[in-house]
Amino acid sequence: MKQLRQIISILILLLLLAVVWEGIKWIGGDPWRVENNPFGIEHNPPWRFKVASDLNLPHLWDIGASFSKPSRRNGPPLISVLIQAAFFTFREAVIGFFFGAFLGLLLGILFAHFDLLERGCMPYVVASQTVPILAIAPMVIIWLKAGWVSVAVIAAYLTFFPVTINTLRGLRSPDPRALELMRSYAASKWAVLWKLRLPAALPYIFTAFKISATASVVGAIIGELPSGIRDGLGGAILNFNQYYISGPGRLWAAIIISALVGMAFYLIVTLAERVALRGRNLVEE
Amino acid sequence: MGESIVTLSKIGMVFGGSSGSQTVALQDIDLRIAPGEFISLIGPSGCGKSTLLRVVGDLLTPTSGQVQVNGKSTHQARLDQDYGMVFQAPVLFEWRTILKNVMLPLELRGVPQNQQRERARELLNMVELTGFENHYPWQLSGGMQQRASIARALAIQPKLLLMDEPFGALDEMTRERMNMELLNIWRQTQTTVIFVTHSIAEAVFLSTRIVVMSARPGRILHITDVDLPQPRGEQSRAETRYFEIENAVREWLRKA
Repeated sequence: MKQLRQIISILILLLLLAVVWEGIKWIGGDPWRVENNPFGIEHNPPWRFKVASDLNLPHLWDIGASFSKPSRRNGPPLISVLIQAAFFTFREAVIGFFFGAFLGLLLGILFAHFDLLERGCMPYVVASQTVPILAIAPMVIIWLKAGWVSVAVIAAYLTFFPVTINTLRGLRSPDPRALELMRSYAASKWAVLWKLRLPAALPYIFTAFKISATASVVGAIIGELPSGIRDGLGGAILNFNQYYISGPGRLWAAIIISALVGMAFYLIVTLAERVALRGRNLVEE
Repeated sequence: MGESIVTLSKIGMVFGGSSGSQTVALQDIDLRIAPGEFISLIGPSGCGKSTLLRVVGDLLTPTSGQVQVNGKSTHQARLDQDYGMVFQAPVLFEWRTILKNVMLPLELRGVPQNQQRERARELLNMVELTGFENHYPWQLSGGMQQRASIARALAIQPKLLLMDEPFGALDEMTRERMNMELLNIWRQTQTTVIFVTHSIAEAVFLSTRIVVMSARPGRILHITDVDLPQPRGEQSRAETRYFEIENAVREWLRKA
């Protein structure tokens, strides 16, 4: 019941977005011609906004139609090209996510146990995130050669930071009395980590995983650009961007698919979280 | 007094650094506790009773003096898992079921799984939580959670049970019922208990001796023998002697 309501509210929101989109085109876009829209409407908008032209803001049905048209002459329809690209990019993002999550957890655990290490390294970890990924990406490709490995490394670069911060926070979250309790049982550091600190940190870690899941998709797409990989969504976006004038709908279609990949990854992490945290009394987000 | 399970001699505890703002939490604490005793520590806030409990449990190291538990150093006693601890909050792990929470100390000791389970069930039965094994802590009331934490403390049959205001957060009715249950558990297990409390009534009802402490610096003001006959029950609360002792302790606390 709750899920049904959620789905309905998402659909209503999408519908609203569509109405606003086409509403802007109705008052400030290019003329609507009978043969070019599914409603067969002839309409001359009172104003001409530059952003609302058919080139800058294509009609939703034109974007929709571009999915089924071939992207190259005699090629397969755009949708199948994009789905293939989506899987390619998704794979890079997932590998990058696991790299990043592993590194993030490792750093978080190390920092939680060695104060000196945290104070020494944390500034560099923070600094690493202030350098734009666009500057880092070409460097990584020079070091590791263009390929899915370097793309995954770039995705990991965007992934590890939230995991480090939240792991550290989560490992320090247990009640001091819970730590005293473990101490009174003469529990080893290892046992305290496994039986108390990590389980207590799990909700924090999953919050970070959710941020990282979407960030890793962005990282994978950006990583594809300078590495010249043409099989992923990054390649598709670059390609359709170059030929935007001849078919604006294709770039928009690629953007929609990219967003869906990010959302799908987020959803998978959310499901994993639900399994990992079952039984706990968590406040619904 | 013959053999003793806890011997404290000239314990001093000073908190604070070299900056000059030092707090003397404990001073000249001398106390011998015999096996099977039920000792209550009572005193105004900040008199160091929780600190003293933590010194005995090797959670804090005193700045001066000697502590021996079972003829060993507190550190060795902790490594030998001679302690069971109960805090004011239940401190149950929210990701574990009640059964798994009680199993925790056995797990840490490396007891085989099926024995862990069996022992935990026994203990839950003793604290009347049978049927709640697979519940998570948040599904239980405060009193039930505290009972589970007592079961957990008893799991490894500790020689010494350290309780830091275990019933402080409970309402009066629940507290009295828990007092009765604790008394029964103490009789059954014959464990030595050190019990920190704010409640005079609770201390008189449960203890064999009450240690009244004064604040700043924390020191022992007086030790009251509670000569109410054993076994005690709800009727003990109505005895004249009960009120006499209660008043005597109250008098001492006024001086604290």
